[in-house]
Amino acid sequence: MFDALTEKLGGVFDTLTGRGALSEKDVNEALREIRVALLEADVALPVVKTFIDGVRPKAVGEEVIRSIKPGQLVIKIVHDALVEMLGGEGEPEGLRVENVPSVIMMAGLQGSGKTTTTAKIARRLKSVDRKKVLVASLDVRRPAAMEQLKILAEQVGVEALPIVQGQLPADIARRAVNAAKFGGHDVLILDTAGRTTLDEQMMSEAAEIAQIADPQEILLVADALTGQDAVETAKRFNDRLSLTGLVLTRMDGDGRGGAALSMRAVTGLPIKFLGLGEKLDGLDVFDARRVAGRILGRGDIVSLVEKARAEVDEAAAEKLARKMAKGQFDLDDLAQQLRQLQRMGGLGGVMGMLPGAQKAKAAMESANVDDRTLKRQEAIITSMTRKERRKPDILNASRRRRIAAGAGVDVAEVNKVLKMHRAMSDMMKKMGKGGMKGMAAAMGGMMGGGMGGPPGGLPGGLPGGPPGGGMAPKGGLPGLGGGLPGLGGPGKGKKK
Amino acid sequence: MILWWGKKKAKDETTGETPLEPVADASPAEFEPASEGGPAAPDLTPPPAAPPPVVDGARKTGLFRRLTEGLRKSSSRLIDGLGAVLTRKKLDQETLDELEDLLVTSDMGAAVARRITKAIAADRFDKEVSDEEVRRALAVEIAEILRPREVLVDFSTGPRPRIVLFVGVNGSGKTTTIGKIAASLSGMGASVLLAAGDTFRAAAVEQLKVWAERAGAGFLSKPAGADAAGLAYEAVEMARRDDRDIVLIDTAGRLQNKTQLMDELSKIVRAIRKLDPAAPHDVFLVLDATVGQNALSQVEAFHHTAGVTGLVMTKLDGTAKGGVLVAIAEKHALPIHFVGVGEKAEDLHPFSADAFARALVGLKD
Ligand SMILES: Nc1nc2c(ncn2[C@@H]2O[C@H](COP(=O)(O)OP(=O)(O)OP(=O)(O)O)[C@@H](O)[C@H]2O)c(=O)[nH]1
Ligand SMILES: [Mg+2]
Repeated sequence: MFDALTEKLGGVFDTLTGRGALSEKDVNEALREIRVALLEADVALPVVKTFIDGVRPKAVGEEVIRSIKPGQLVIKIVHDALVEMLGGEGEPEGLRVENVPSVIMMAGLQGSGKTTTTAKIARRLKSVDRKKVLVASLDVRRPAAMEQLKILAEQVGVEALPIVQGQLPADIARRAVNAAKFGGHDVLILDTAGRTTLDEQMMSEAAEIAQIADPQEILLVADALTGQDAVETAKRFNDRLSLTGLVLTRMDGDGRGGAALSMRAVTGLPIKFLGLGEKLDGLDVFDARRVAGRILGRGDIVSLVEKARAEVDEAAAEKLARKMAKGQFDLDDLAQQLRQLQRMGGLGGVMGMLPGAQKAKAAMESANVDDRTLKRQEAIITSMTRKERRKPDILNASRRRRIAAGAGVDVAEVNKVLKMHRAMSDMMKKMGKGGMKGMAAAMGGMMGGGMGGPPGGLPGGLPGGPPGGGMAPKGGLPGLGGGLPGLGGPGKGKKK
Repeated sequence: MILWWGKKKAKDETTGETPLEPVADASPAEFEPASEGGPAAPDLTPPPAAPPPVVDGARKTGLFRRLTEGLRKSSSRLIDGLGAVLTRKKLDQETLDELEDLLVTSDMGAAVARRITKAIAADRFDKEVSDEEVRRALAVEIAEILRPREVLVDFSTGPRPRIVLFVGVNGSGKTTTIGKIAASLSGMGASVLLAAGDTFRAAAVEQLKVWAERAGAGFLSKPAGADAAGLAYEAVEMARRDDRDIVLIDTAGRLQNKTQLMDELSKIVRAIRKLDPAAPHDVFLVLDATVGQNALSQVEAFHHTAGVTGLVMTKLDGTAKGGVLVAIAEKHALPIHFVGVGEKAEDLHPFSADAFARALVGLKD
């Protein structure tokens, strides 16, 4: 998605020679593209408008330095402005839990992730801050909501308020506060039922709970996949509850997370945590740069690495890393990589995540390298015996013929796979203990490979770009620039 | 209330399909066939037009009222904004730009918003227009995109037991939707089995069990952590043995980019197909109305993995109006079956393109 923006911006500035200052006209044109990109990332329109108006004066007149392209300069300015709007660098203030007991109240729409986040925060307070925590569910509406929190509390090893059927939320809140006082708890976390802001009865119930429990923190839990509604919901909850912070859940999804910017902008509240995954340790302290990069799509390089990390099951990854460090990378590993690529949404999916990959994608298409190629290559490897996969050196001509027959392809294709494997294994040896980074790079290499003809893989690799690159290896994914052999050319396998 | 049990598939085809303006990728995207071993991707073309529906007027107004009620209270940016933009009375470029922006605030995406605005402008540019007129024109445009997707599900015909699988991201409303459908089918005399296929999330089984009790439906569950595919298999067996009309299978919520979880989902589908190669007969993807552009990725991924046959959109009783459905409808020929407008059993309605479109632009009855 973002490759499109980088390319569009490139187009906008093609006419510029890259000297002098950014003119108002250039900036306006660039900002139009940024505007669309932000909307596609689900940033709410009013926020987009304010943001763009704020960036314009910062960009106009900015000196273009020779070493970076005007488009990159604009992206950097935009990125910095995003970071600033999201709360700046550095960690946000932690939870205020100095009272004994301190009360934290969770609020949000139905299905936003309040209960899971309650358990995650409880776990964190317990293990990081060494607090004695009590959790209580005030959700008397959704069937089994209270049981859900009870089970999660057990899992993270904190106490849950005993469930008393038939009590009203306000009464449960009172009971919980008392239990925390007398039970010697440092922190009480109140999980509440999900509610829409239009439900007046439920909104006043929430306000009543806040009044009774007098929480030091009222956190709005919102789904990072939220669209334009983010502003509306944040504003309305904030109006009724005087929120103290935001938590964005499902940041492990592939959404662009524009809701973060929207909610932060309309409430001015700090985003305290990011929820990542269903496991109860999946709670990260908010990081503005990471989220800015993601919204802008700039961080897609980062996401690629993250995605790669999420996809590989950890044990396998570790094993592979060890093997790689030793310079062992056998055909089983290659097969695993091929499967991985397919799972990551195929070549198209992976390429789509990389800025500037449009051309490479086109080249791949014209060279007929598609996901079927991946499947076929995987089939070739699975037609080998275990021994052959471990020790590719023993693959003589007759073995290769047998494998080709088994996979229903020409011997030439078998050779190509072997060549690809050799190239990758060499590269991995060079990278040595590249770990996960190396993994991403390796996949980059595979993608770069086989695109053959056109300008040697991706032109110049990925721009290192503004500091938004985050955890991406310096200079982008090395493999991409190279263009390894392999990944076969036009399919010569069985007709589809 | 839902009254579709025993009803014939019906579709409002009064206007017929208007060809869409040629936009780069406005044609229904071709889905790749579902991954190996998964269910065959169904033909995404909606069934041919059936005779006009015997529309239950009360039902339609009921839904519409619920949607607009929400809207009236919500005074969302789109609705308010429309009022403000259209005070100028002349459809000039500036007004159109603002109109386009406002459409974007419904989550329909920048490209669709642009197209719809263009269509509106075609024979009205620089003319005097009333607020009402523009709203109506917008509703017509939007309804036209959605109408081919308005497909009632007829659970009364076809195979018995009918096997329906519910999929979607976490918290989108799968379990609640199952509960609602079960309640209404049971109420109409159908023999329903609910299968608690979410063996992962804490208390998910208990949640569905409550719904099964409310609906008086059969219920099958396994201890937490059990294999969901095995449970789905047993559910089908059990439904056959007990001569059930329909089996509604819940699944754990999963983000579509988690390949391991998506693989598990295709495993569930494969398990069901071992007993009945044509099953699951329906795979409903449940979408939350607050979702933004990510819904498109959800549709594609779940379709790829589980062969989604239709959509359900929940939580339309909030401030979000689910405009991304318009973007989905434009891109994919995937039927939209139901909308959820609350947490109670009766808060589920058949999807109506007209009601949805009118609610989206804030048209009152
Ligand atoms: N307001 C409103 N809330 C709804 C609607 N449908 C479901 N909900 C609520 O949304 C929340 C999540 O619904 P569930 O049915 O548990 O969602 P799910 O997809 O099964 O969730 P997981 O199993 O956790 O992935 C619950 O609090 C439901 O009561 C609806 O149409 N309107
Ligand atoms: Mg559920």
